[in-house]
Amino acid sequence: MSNTAGAGGASSWFSRENIVAKPGFSRWLVPPAALCVHLCIGQVYAFSVFNLPMTRLIGITEPAPGDWKLTELGWIFSIAIVFLGLAAAFTGSWLDRQGPRKAMFIAAALFGGGFLVSALGVYLHQLWLIYLGYGVLGGCGLGIGYISPVKTLMTWFPDRPGMATGMAIMGFGGGAMIASPLSVWLMNYFATPDSVGVAQTFLTLGIVYLIFMSVGGTIVRVPPEGWEPEGYVKPAQPKKMVTNANVHVDTALRTPQFYLLWGVLCLNVTAGIGVLGQASAMSQEMFPGVTAAAAAGFVGLLSLFNMIGRFFWASTSDYIGRRTTYMIFFLFGMALYAAVPWTGAIGSMALFVACYAVIISMYGGGFATIPAYLKDIFGIRYVGAIHGRLLTAWSAAGVFGPVLVNYIREYQIESGVPKADAYNVTMYIMAGLLFLGFLCNLMMRPVHERFHEKPEPAKA
Amino acid sequence: MTDHSEISGGNMVKLILAWTFVGVPLAWGVLQTLINAMQLFQ
Repeated sequence: MSNTAGAGGASSWFSRENIVAKPGFSRWLVPPAALCVHLCIGQVYAFSVFNLPMTRLIGITEPAPGDWKLTELGWIFSIAIVFLGLAAAFTGSWLDRQGPRKAMFIAAALFGGGFLVSALGVYLHQLWLIYLGYGVLGGCGLGIGYISPVKTLMTWFPDRPGMATGMAIMGFGGGAMIASPLSVWLMNYFATPDSVGVAQTFLTLGIVYLIFMSVGGTIVRVPPEGWEPEGYVKPAQPKKMVTNANVHVDTALRTPQFYLLWGVLCLNVTAGIGVLGQASAMSQEMFPGVTAAAAAGFVGLLSLFNMIGRFFWASTSDYIGRRTTYMIFFLFGMALYAAVPWTGAIGSMALFVACYAVIISMYGGGFATIPAYLKDIFGIRYVGAIHGRLLTAWSAAGVFGPVLVNYIREYQIESGVPKADAYNVTMYIMAGLLFLGFLCNLMMRPVHERFHEKPEPAKA
Repeated sequence: MTDHSEISGGNMVKLILAWTFVGVPLAWGVLQTLINAMQLFQ
């Protein structure tokens, strides 16, 4: 191929033009390509498994003078989430033009490289290197990796865009379920009397993630211009809440719909993150017989429902519509949040787990359904970039949720409320947040035609 | 362009390989999670 030769070869191999699918390519190869990336970057939810071992890098068996404190280590995750949002917001438009392969390789280099820099940070015992490595570089890799396959999947699956993005974003939920036991196993494997094995684990994970994500970048293809799946007929008269037009990313930021969807995502995520962080303590304090190990199992079970919900709800939204799906999240969610204190009052562990499982499935479903909602409202052309900007709602929710829940709980306990009952008010406030989300979703209307991009004139 | 929905023999091998590549680690993670979750009901 002449265009891959010479100095520009590497650039051409990564370019969008070079990954246009050839005849015979199966579109079902694209979801595993996306999963290669999302299964890796989903590791971020399992980063906390490194926190305690990193507090005894010097002392080995217990923290010694000079060892890092948990409060210092907590910043690694926070920096990564902030840079996830920033990278997604600021690089979305550029990545849309470059294509998914280049985006996936950049994400692989940043995320895998972030681990390698962090391994050096642990080895030299320099915390700033971990902030820079996992926090800044890894966080940028997270943001770029998260949005990289979204538009491509929806272009390949115009008949089922929710299912397609649900599959990829399901991987983000599942990534922690792989990373958590794998990291523990690796740390045990590398541990010696002189080392807790964190540096070696970071090094191994960095290399594994770099390779795994690069496989995704190698497999991924974009469809030829105008391609449609066989038998698919684009509706001539689209549904009320689905547009065939496109809204430019800069114009989208001037529409009320963008901010309503920002509110929808932020409020759904705030409520979910808030209770996720308390799940372990809540199960033990509401049901005194629950051990710490059983509570950890409960948190693992929630991760599973978080993952399943991403695929289930996003796929369901293809049939019942995005607005209806979010209506279910908010209305059903309010009822379930309000029911949680009652499950504690009657002492039903099974009902408590069932309520939480459905709540968390809808939390995951909110993440996975939003790209298809954006496509319906703003069209497909700029959906990757718009999705990137909308992910700032996630960063905001990551701050609001835990802060809100923790402060309310502390205030309750200081006011003399028993620990087991201190969660009741939290649950009712979460239900209130969902009501606000319900109102945002209720106000959603199609974007006015004046915001639509003018169709390109037909070529002579 | 040929029909993308028809899956040829070569494509089938690629599909099996690609889905196995992502499916095996995911299934392992789910299994580990379920094993841990069992403690909740013991």
